[in-house]
Amino acid sequence: MADGTAALVQAAPLIAARGLNKIYPTQSGAPVVALQDVSFTLRQGEFVTVVGPSGCGKSTLLKILAGILRRSSGQVTLAGREIDGPSRDVGVVFQAPVLLPWRNVLQNVLLPIDIQRLDRKAHTPRARALLEMVGLAGFADKYPNELSGGMQQRVGITRALVHDPALLLMDEPFGALDAMTREAMNLELLRIWGEARKTVMLVTHSIPEAVFLADRVIVMSPRPGRITEVIEVDLPRPRDLSMINSAGFGAYVAAIRAHFQSLGALDA
Amino acid sequence: MTIPRGRLELLLSILLFVVFVLGWEAACVLLEVPAIVVPAPSAVAVAMYAGLASGELVTHFWVTFAEVLLGFVFGAGAGFVLGVLVGLFPLMERTVYPYIVAFQTLPKVAIAPIIVIWFGYGMESKVVITATIAFFPVLANTIVGLRAIPREQVELMVAFTASRWQVFRMARLPQALPYVFVGLDVAIVLSVIGAIVGEFVGSQAGLGYLILQRNFNLDMAGVFAILIILSLMGIGLHLAVNAVQRRVVFWMASSTDRVMGA
Ligand SMILES: Nc1ncnc2c1ncn2[C@@H]1O[C@H](COP(=O)(O)OP(=O)(O)OP(=O)(O)O)[C@@H](O)[C@H]1O
Ligand SMILES: [Mg+2]
Repeated sequence: MADGTAALVQAAPLIAARGLNKIYPTQSGAPVVALQDVSFTLRQGEFVTVVGPSGCGKSTLLKILAGILRRSSGQVTLAGREIDGPSRDVGVVFQAPVLLPWRNVLQNVLLPIDIQRLDRKAHTPRARALLEMVGLAGFADKYPNELSGGMQQRVGITRALVHDPALLLMDEPFGALDAMTREAMNLELLRIWGEARKTVMLVTHSIPEAVFLADRVIVMSPRPGRITEVIEVDLPRPRDLSMINSAGFGAYVAAIRAHFQSLGALDA
Repeated sequence: MTIPRGRLELLLSILLFVVFVLGWEAACVLLEVPAIVVPAPSAVAVAMYAGLASGELVTHFWVTFAEVLLGFVFGAGAGFVLGVLVGLFPLMERTVYPYIVAFQTLPKVAIAPIIVIWFGYGMESKVVITATIAFFPVLANTIVGLRAIPREQVELMVAFTASRWQVFRMARLPQALPYVFVGLDVAIVLSVIGAIVGEFVGSQAGLGYLILQRNFNLDMAGVFAILIILSLMGIGLHLAVNAVQRRVVFWMASSTDRVMGA
């Protein structure tokens, strides 16, 4: 009996979006349709990536899921409940690092802990361990203006993980990083996801990165932003960098690239 | 052989001062300028020494200094609190703020006599006049500062389930502090003016009172000595505000390396 219930919970999607629309009013008059009729589901424990050309509404989608942006119409549920605000069990990484300049690195990482009135002392070791993981062990006492852009972004990633959220929403988290660091961070993220059974939705500009990380890749079209394709990535896990050279991996990348070309989008 | 640039600049400005004072002294002697028009620096120095030695300047200094500080604290404090209220409640901005601006357009010099009648010839009226002058720069800068927060910062706080109050306390308020200090810096310098204006209108003590008295006696050197003290008071208070600012708004000052060409 117990197994049956567990399976049922497993099967219920963590996020379900149906007919999602977002229209921004603009000062110049003509409203911008950022999202049009977006529907998808995100299963518990799944790793989904989103690719699409610049300005197609990826950040908009993530902000709606994070509960900080109101949708114009449509339905989204998180764990079966309509999203009408942010949730404590979600970790968000923005496209820009958005660190508070008067807090040092460790204090910035502990921001969600402070906001959610959790025990700072109890979470500090975890914060330090995460900082070490992203290669910032010696920087806990530094202030944001003493860090490079890539370092700031890594602080932002650490901050999203510190309260151990079940769902991670990441908007181009590795955009500001060099290729080597980026690969290392990809592997770390996969490790954390695998160990802690989190659900991840990650926006990226890099098609290889999207394929490397994902169970499924959601492909979006330029304005108005729509989901034009969802590609199941059937590559074995755990994955390592050698997979990038495999024929299967290359085929997925080529397929997505071809898809973009057919849409007339220059790059993604 | 190389002298540090800062040292050189200091040396140059001291030299400039010495040349200026000597030139002034020479001009007074050679051109036989009457002392009741422009006093020679030596006469000012003598007046300064006499005033300090007799304690006259010291007593009046403390009166004015206390008026400046008290007026500044009350005025700036009220400006900050009201600025926070206006920043917190948009309704306040639409209902109360227009009246505040209307009050600000009144020249404080014009209402100083009324305040002296209401609060008397003692220190109270000077404190009130100073406070009305110190109030507005802090208020205006606090309001602007509280609005200056980047949208993304609010979004981030909210995404981590911050309440309105938490967003205010943890992001908007610290974000506003550099602006508040700009207001405080303006206010402290204006406070000195406020206290002197108050003393001019009607008083029994203070450096402004002493200026009027010495002016009446055609003691120009004595007046100049007071002006120097007032200027030193202003500089000292300005530096004090800056010192506090560097400690409180440390994240703004710590980028010591300037942008090239900036
Ligand atoms: N606050 C806003 N007001 C008006 N229009 C907006 C606003 N935010 C975004 N837009 C518009 O909505 C569209 C989608 O923006 P969004 O930031 O979601 O794109 P994106 O896919 O994240 O792009 P990028 O890859 O460059 O980050 C864009 O055309 C943009 O101009
Ligand atoms: Mg974006």
